[in-house]
Amino acid sequence: MSVTTLLAISLGAILTNNFIFAQFLGCCPFLGVSKKIDTAVGMGLAVTFVMGLASAFCYGINIILVKLGLEYMQTVAFILVIAGLVQFVEMFLKKSIPSLYTALGVYLPLITTNCAVLGVALLNVQNSYNFIESVIYGITGGLGFLLAIFLFAAVREQLEFADNPKAFDGFPIALITAGLMALAFMGFSGLQVW
Amino acid sequence: MNTMNIVYAVVLLGVLAIFFGLVLAFAAKIFEVHVDPRLPQIQACLAGANCGGCGYPGCGGCADAILAGKAPINACAPAGAEGAAKIAAIMGIAAPSGEKMVAHVLCNGGLNAKKNFEYRGVQDCLAATKVCGGNALECKYGCFGFGSCVAACKFDAIHVGENGTAVVDKEKCTNCGACREACPRKLIVEVPYAQKVFVNCSNKDKGAAAAKVCAASCIACGMCERTCKFDAIHVINNVAVIDYTKCKNCTMCAKACPKNAIEPIPTPEEKEKFKAVQKAQAEKKAAAAKAAAEAAEKKD
Repeated sequence: MSVTTLLAISLGAILTNNFIFAQFLGCCPFLGVSKKIDTAVGMGLAVTFVMGLASAFCYGINIILVKLGLEYMQTVAFILVIAGLVQFVEMFLKKSIPSLYTALGVYLPLITTNCAVLGVALLNVQNSYNFIESVIYGITGGLGFLLAIFLFAAVREQLEFADNPKAFDGFPIALITAGLMALAFMGFSGLQVW
Repeated sequence: MNTMNIVYAVVLLGVLAIFFGLVLAFAAKIFEVHVDPRLPQIQACLAGANCGGCGYPGCGGCADAILAGKAPINACAPAGAEGAAKIAAIMGIAAPSGEKMVAHVLCNGGLNAKKNFEYRGVQDCLAATKVCGGNALECKYGCFGFGSCVAACKFDAIHVGENGTAVVDKEKCTNCGACREACPRKLIVEVPYAQKVFVNCSNKDKGAAAAKVCAASCIACGMCERTCKFDAIHVINNVAVIDYTKCKNCTMCAKACPKNAIEPIPTPEEKEKFKAVQKAQAEKKAAAAKAAAEAAEKKD
């Protein structure tokens, strides 16, 4: 494990293999909470936090699972861990940042079923990352999500004032925008870290 | 080996679950947030239909807004004055006195109104206004009777009557405003619950034009205005409008209306009687005037 590998993992998670635009994980909150930049960034940070924690916890859980020969229980065990974590984050936010808590609304408990969070835990195992690599991958994956949702929210705020054809108003134009942004992110796929 | 595997899996997940449960239980104590005890009480006073009439997302949103002082305590129309009074008691402020209001459809056209063509499209009023310039009815102000308001009502309080126009059941109406929003011709208005007399026409065309398109239209003749003893009915924009604050529900205007456009529609006998009384009164007046004139002449 060198700095180069970590850099490669980070760049991969943020740009080339962006969770939303390249792997299509976590599209639900991406579309649901991207109407305003404030809440979008809040959601992105919450997801980053949960993804980082989930990577760390799931790494430990996975070691136990492998020792007991229970690899087939990965998905169930990981979901359990993630659900617990999200509950914890929810309580924490409700106490310390109530405004963000109300802004995120129903999407906060929905991080539980955010496939990006489960995805990062499973991908860590699949790529056989060690502990530090796992955590880095989790956090940078979350940052990639944050980047994507922030850019998308910025575009959507402008779209509110755009004079769209009636049939495209609202969600349709947002989906088209998301598609175009995914195309743009495809441009990063040529990126190479020595 | 296989059985052991199952036991391991069960034990491991059980231990994990108990561990997380304990952590969360402690976290819940540490991060406990005191919810205002008034919030659930206020929510209990709201109608609970989640109709959205108040403009907030559901009854929970409305309760939040009332607690925060963003919404008036009578924001929930379906809960009515009773609910507002209860919320006022919880919030510790005086309840605003207000009459109970209900919705009312200002059109009595239906079978009385002439049709340009038979509309057989989607049974929806908004759709009907989009076909052929919305000219299915010759009257540009009339009720189509396709029941967009009926579909919008969550309380089963508005139905398309025998006459072919929508009619509000004021016992069931909660004045949530959904039908008023749904009517593309804006024929539904808010009226006091106690009100009994209505001008059931919204046609703003001049008399002759209004008479041509509907047998029950207001032709702005002004009979009602002259009959009313309380200055409560006036012809505004070619249609009679009742000032509900002045109206005493004497129904004289309804009897005077030559087109039977004012509810309650009088029976022919009532009408005859009314005409006879008026004629007698007019004769009496004329005689008195004549006598006065003669007396004045004699003095000279």
